Amino acid sequence: MKEQTGHPCFEGLNLVEIQQINAALSHYEDKTAVSIEALKIIQKHRRWVSDPCLVAVAELLDMSPAQLEGVATFYNLIYRQPVGKTVIHYCNSVSCWMLGGDQVRERLCQHLNVEVGEMTADGEYTILPIVCLGACDHAPVVMVGTELKLDITVNAVNEILGR
Amino acid sequence: MEKMDKPLTKNIRPDRAFATLADYESTGGYQGLRKAVTELQPKEVQQCVKDAGLRGRGGAGFNTGLKWSLVPSDDLSQTRYLIANADEMEPGTFKDRMLLEQDPHQLIEGMIIAAYAIQANVAYIFLRGEYHLAASRLKNALKEAQSKGYLGEHVLDSSFNLEIHLHTSAGRYICGEETALINALEGKRANPRTKPPFAVVSGLWGKPTVVNNVETLCNIPHILQYGVEWYQGLGRGVDKGTKLFGASGRVKHPGLWELPMGTPIREIIEEHAGGMQDGFELRGFLPGGASTDFLLPEHLDVVMDYEAVAKAGSRMGTGAIIVLDDLTCPVQMVLNLEQFFAQESCGWCTPCREGLPWTVTLLQDIIGGHGRIEDLDTLAGLTRMLGPGNTFCALAPGAMEPLQSALKYFREDFERYIVGNNAIMETV
Repeated sequence: MKEQTGHPCFEGLNLVEIQQINAALSHYEDKTAVSIEALKIIQKHRRWVSDPCLVAVAELLDMSPAQLEGVATFYNLIYRQPVGKTVIHYCNSVSCWMLGGDQVRERLCQHLNVEVGEMTADGEYTILPIVCLGACDHAPVVMVGTELKLDITVNAVNEILGR
Repeated sequence: MEKMDKPLTKNIRPDRAFATLADYESTGGYQGLRKAVTELQPKEVQQCVKDAGLRGRGGAGFNTGLKWSLVPSDDLSQTRYLIANADEMEPGTFKDRMLLEQDPHQLIEGMIIAAYAIQANVAYIFLRGEYHLAASRLKNALKEAQSKGYLGEHVLDSSFNLEIHLHTSAGRYICGEETALINALEGKRANPRTKPPFAVVSGLWGKPTVVNNVETLCNIPHILQYGVEWYQGLGRGVDKGTKLFGASGRVKHPGLWELPMGTPIREIIEEHAGGMQDGFELRGFLPGGASTDFLLPEHLDVVMDYEAVAKAGSRMGTGAIIVLDDLTCPVQMVLNLEQFFAQESCGWCTPCREGLPWTVTLLQDIIGGHGRIEDLDTLAGLTRMLGPGNTFCALAPGAMEPLQSALKYFREDFERYIVGNNAIMETV
């Protein structure tokens, strides 16, 4: 793969990203299978997948950009628009909804002065909905970055954001 | 011998810490694997699990050993795969998370035994992308298992080789459907595939593939270690073994408990979950996650067995009970459920892609005060058009279960919105 890094399409990706994507290839039968992992690797480095990055990953995996775009837009955790440093996912499924999830969402938006789907002006946070996070005995729950926050009360919203 | 009654959770600690390899081994861990690979032929392992009567814990309830036996065994040189379905995303369900986070080796041992039984040399854990803690603990546990010779070349010095890869997904409910999961693992959109061929014959990259739920796999080590008779003795009713049952909603102590199959629902809600919170009455419940039919307080004495719950008009599903209290509007609850299903439909087949948003629109109209009484007939029609046999997979039929039962049991709540006497109950 290394000699291909000079290909114009790869200009969007850095060497570390390419190495990490190539390392994942050994786990699967073919290159297409790495597509989701590859998009997640891009996001680890850049938070979201821009058009040039999408094209570059497609090229690296011998996929058409359209095919990879079909994958990227299918999954809830692949972002094709810029997101903040920390994405806040609030659960909007049934148990959290019953126990005040809507109010938690409202308070989060109010506190950060954004609507759902928007990024804060300082680029720190984006608020997105997420389906059941599998912690219904501690509803309502919110995932801040990779960290799950349990038993959220409206008043605890400030605390979970640490500000 | 209290722990023997709760094989799945014997290593689970209240502080949510996880069982290390040493912890796991100290309570008999990897003894089932040792027995399987050193004393039994793969077919004998299949037979043992089949005889035990273990049924899939992901919701469908198919006999696990029987599923394994459907993998063609005529050509042993053919590649086969085992996949652990760790894509837990059924609303209200939080059982696999506990198993993954707090006792990762139990799943890994179950997978190694299952892979041996079907003679697969490559296995995947298909993990939901949001389960970050589970991912790091599993990664670590896989390394530990490898270093102790439970995994890799020559498992426990036998001729059996196995590699297990952790695949973290990127979030979509439909990935829990077996063939959609396989497409997702191949790096494609997670649309379900036509069946037949079934995955056991033609699955991942066209090769025979067994997909088992996490909880199902976690049962395997114990069946091998303690035997069929012991396992069958665990059930209280018709079905065998134990199961993780959960309760969420306005109960006093929401939680998760490992209980014998055949445990009455009343015991789970009233004893384990402590009954309803003060000021709330039980109005109904979904016995096994979002895609199961509502049952009523009159069904509390139904036992958690596959057939018993089916006979009462619902499904045991994932065994995660979602409790509806008297101050939560059932129509709004159904709207929340249908919004979930409409969003998570993969869009592949027309009834599901079009019918679920239509369902949502009708429910929103009704709740918004713009509903007409004919809308209830339209909704009832949708429950048939999106029902079994009319869609490509089970997502839409599952989505119709809470709706059809709500129309049956809570019709007056729907009508109340329509006749103008709206929303006497505000969601709290």
